[in-house]
Amino acid sequence: MSTQLAVKFAVNGREVSLDGRPMDRLLDVLREPLGLTGTKEGCGEGECGACTVLLDGVPVLSCLVPLAQCAGKKVETVESITADGKAKELLDRLVAAGGVQCGACTPGILVSAWSLLQENPSPSRDEVKKALAGNLCRCTGYEGILRALVPESPA
Amino acid sequence: MFQTAPPMTKSGIGDSPPRPDGAAKVSGAALYVDDISLPGMWFGATLRSPHPHARIRSLQFHPERAPEGAVSVTAADLPGPNGVQLLDDSWPILADGVVRHVAEPVALVAAPTKLAARQALAAFEVEYEPEAAILTMEEAEGLPPLYELAMESGQPGDLEAAFARADRTIEAQVRMGHQEHIYIECQGMIAWMEAGTLHALGSMQCPYYVHKALTHAFDLPDERVRVRASVVGGGFGGKEDFPSALAIHAALLARAAGRPVKVIYDRHEDIVGTSKRHPAIVRSRTGVDRDGHLLALDVEIVMDGGAYTTLSPVVLSRALLHSFGPYRCGAVRVRGKVVRTNTTPNSAFRGFGAPQVELAMERQMDRIGRALGLDPYEIRDRNVVEPGDRLPTGQVLDASTSARQCLEEAERRTGFRARWREIEAARARGSSNDDGAPLPGIGLSLFFHGAGFTGNGERRMKSPVTARLLPDGRIEIATAMTDMGQGCAVVFPQMAAAAAGVGLEDLSFTEPDTGDVPDSGPTVASRTTMIVGGVLVRAVSEIRDRVRAAAKPDESFRDTARRLRAAGPVEVTVHHEPPEWQTFDESTYRGAAYPTYAWGADVAELEVDPDTLAVRPVKVTAVCEVGRAIHPTLCAGQIQGGTLQAVGWALLEEIKMKDGRYLNDRLATYIIPTIEDSPQIDVHLLESGWEGGPFGAKGVGELPMDGGAPAILQAIENATGIVPTAVPATPERLLDWSRAEGRTS
Repeated sequence: MSTQLAVKFAVNGREVSLDGRPMDRLLDVLREPLGLTGTKEGCGEGECGACTVLLDGVPVLSCLVPLAQCAGKKVETVESITADGKAKELLDRLVAAGGVQCGACTPGILVSAWSLLQENPSPSRDEVKKALAGNLCRCTGYEGILRALVPESPA
Repeated sequence: MFQTAPPMTKSGIGDSPPRPDGAAKVSGAALYVDDISLPGMWFGATLRSPHPHARIRSLQFHPERAPEGAVSVTAADLPGPNGVQLLDDSWPILADGVVRHVAEPVALVAAPTKLAARQALAAFEVEYEPEAAILTMEEAEGLPPLYELAMESGQPGDLEAAFARADRTIEAQVRMGHQEHIYIECQGMIAWMEAGTLHALGSMQCPYYVHKALTHAFDLPDERVRVRASVVGGGFGGKEDFPSALAIHAALLARAAGRPVKVIYDRHEDIVGTSKRHPAIVRSRTGVDRDGHLLALDVEIVMDGGAYTTLSPVVLSRALLHSFGPYRCGAVRVRGKVVRTNTTPNSAFRGFGAPQVELAMERQMDRIGRALGLDPYEIRDRNVVEPGDRLPTGQVLDASTSARQCLEEAERRTGFRARWREIEAARARGSSNDDGAPLPGIGLSLFFHGAGFTGNGERRMKSPVTARLLPDGRIEIATAMTDMGQGCAVVFPQMAAAAAGVGLEDLSFTEPDTGDVPDSGPTVASRTTMIVGGVLVRAVSEIRDRVRAAAKPDESFRDTARRLRAAGPVEVTVHHEPPEWQTFDESTYRGAAYPTYAWGADVAELEVDPDTLAVRPVKVTAVCEVGRAIHPTLCAGQIQGGTLQAVGWALLEEIKMKDGRYLNDRLATYIIPTIEDSPQIDVHLLESGWEGGPFGAKGVGELPMDGGAPAILQAIENATGIVPTAVPATPERLLDWSRAEGRTS
């Protein structure tokens, strides 16, 4: 057993200090002690993207981020990105375009898509594909997601 | 009769309102089983067999080696029969003396944390004596099968007489491997005892299957078991039967620990321990006249059932009934068997036996076309079924039979024939060789899917649905159907609102709880909208009539309903009544196996790298006749998602095995399509307005799984001249085939 470590970092704008093992997964830290269950586990090995969060503004897979690496950094999860109606337009578009079915991949999709739109408010179909290449969805065939993000997508 | 654009209607049928669970799913607020914690809850873990076949000589748990307090369960601790009740109870809850596949559950533990539970697995000591194992369908074929079925049209002797009349006989075999569901949410279940009642809460398609399995395993009366579905993160058939086993495991641990226990699989465990689409070998012999009309068809289906029966008999039955494709055929014989291997049991997966046999039939049509010099459209056009035709079961096809309309619409939208011929001609000239440019290909498939249970299943199920007034005057619809993403949480309220003439805000739909909803059957078989939706419409209509009869002048529906409810409960339960003509003889396979069929035609366009033989799907145009699209966005969503699963099966997805172990048992090695791998999927809905369905709707969920792979394989053949005879058509296989005799040019 590795020794415990006190790690201070910011989660959704709030300073937290957590005792944990250095290699504890950020995913587990978010879900269990912090109760932020919007971040989902789909594979636990960085393949599916369901656990995507922002680390200092960059999308990362929280199942691959050790707690120690978070020290002094800012983590933003789907809960904060969608709080206060900030991402309402994106959320509504995902729902309206059929970009949501079972929903298990959706928080990760939202985080990746939000991050893309911050950089590039009107991405092309290919730019969306590149930004979401790490987010697996098994329900939608990705068409609804693409139509939500690229409104002029071919119907 | 046929419309290509769903019209908007006053009733709301044909509109696409936002799904009520949408915002909660996007923002992460929706609670899946992994997100739910109960006070005092522990976690379970499963000890699994490392051998494909072995005697268990001894099995011991050493508590002193486990985290403190950990509890264990083995087959010796079971309170009732050691079988998961499905069609029968031959699937063991825990191995007793013998293991028959790698990853078979041998024992269970529970401990206060997930980590402690996993650590506690090391406290088991098991001595195995390995035995010989049967690992492939080919090895199993000569041995007694798990199950066999056969059907034959007409009279004995008709088939050989028809072959004798044929100008050409075409014979071929197609092979398919295991496909894994990869719902993004892994399997999980929580169980606990409360006031003498056993509770289970988790991810499932079929709450009453879980209920039945728990009452059987624990010998409890119906009312002492209560099952609820949490938000379901995808199913695709994978959460049809397996949750029954998982619920028993969680309940055994909850009983041993005296507290709630959650068992949740990680991805690796979910892949190795749960069912897959049946691998299959389909051998076809087809006799045709010189114009390409099908005179005789003899099909032999071999499916790999794995170690235990699960739902394989009904999968095989559906396979038989789809094996002739949407074609007229003179004489037909189909023989099928499910063989037993020492591998994880295979079971339900979207399509349920139909994708395997329809792929084989479509490959057969392509071969026949080539043999006679007819293009893929022409050979299908000459044989496609029409209203009034008889299937080999004797069923007369109804007026909504739309295979020809799908074929014609697919051609109209894609210009398939001209493009296919142009590429064939270019390949014949050798004009695209050697410059390294991608080889374009285009392929067409025609397919169909019978919705609802096979044969007399719906008659037996009866599917009660309850509608009742809530104190606030809303109508609550109570069914056992779970919304695993397909969208019954909005489609049901849409249908109910239209039936009652009220708005969506006047309806209430919640995830099922067996304590509160009748057994309207499992959420499977493309039956939710078409069958259960139809019952629901009748139930709500009765409520509507009662409210309207009590209405005072100028009173709103809601006000009357509230007033009526204040005077006492208002509740109606209605059962499914299949039309009298829909009868099926399960011993002879004569009659109407399904009340109706949905139809589809796919055109796949792709590129093949001439050097690596890597295939890049570019676009799939899917034309599907769905009766009526209640919610066109979600209906198209079913077709988009199902089409991509079919493309994955065609090109990428297969479990690889060595010595009975899955080699690609993680998402890093079992590859499903990413957004970058995926073709553009254009869906065009045709609507016949089927008179037997609610507002004209047919079942649609599985249909798209039947069409993607044959269109892709034909497009590869068009691009390269290589004749694919298996899925997935990987570059390695394409290379092998290109060296064998299987080239068209």
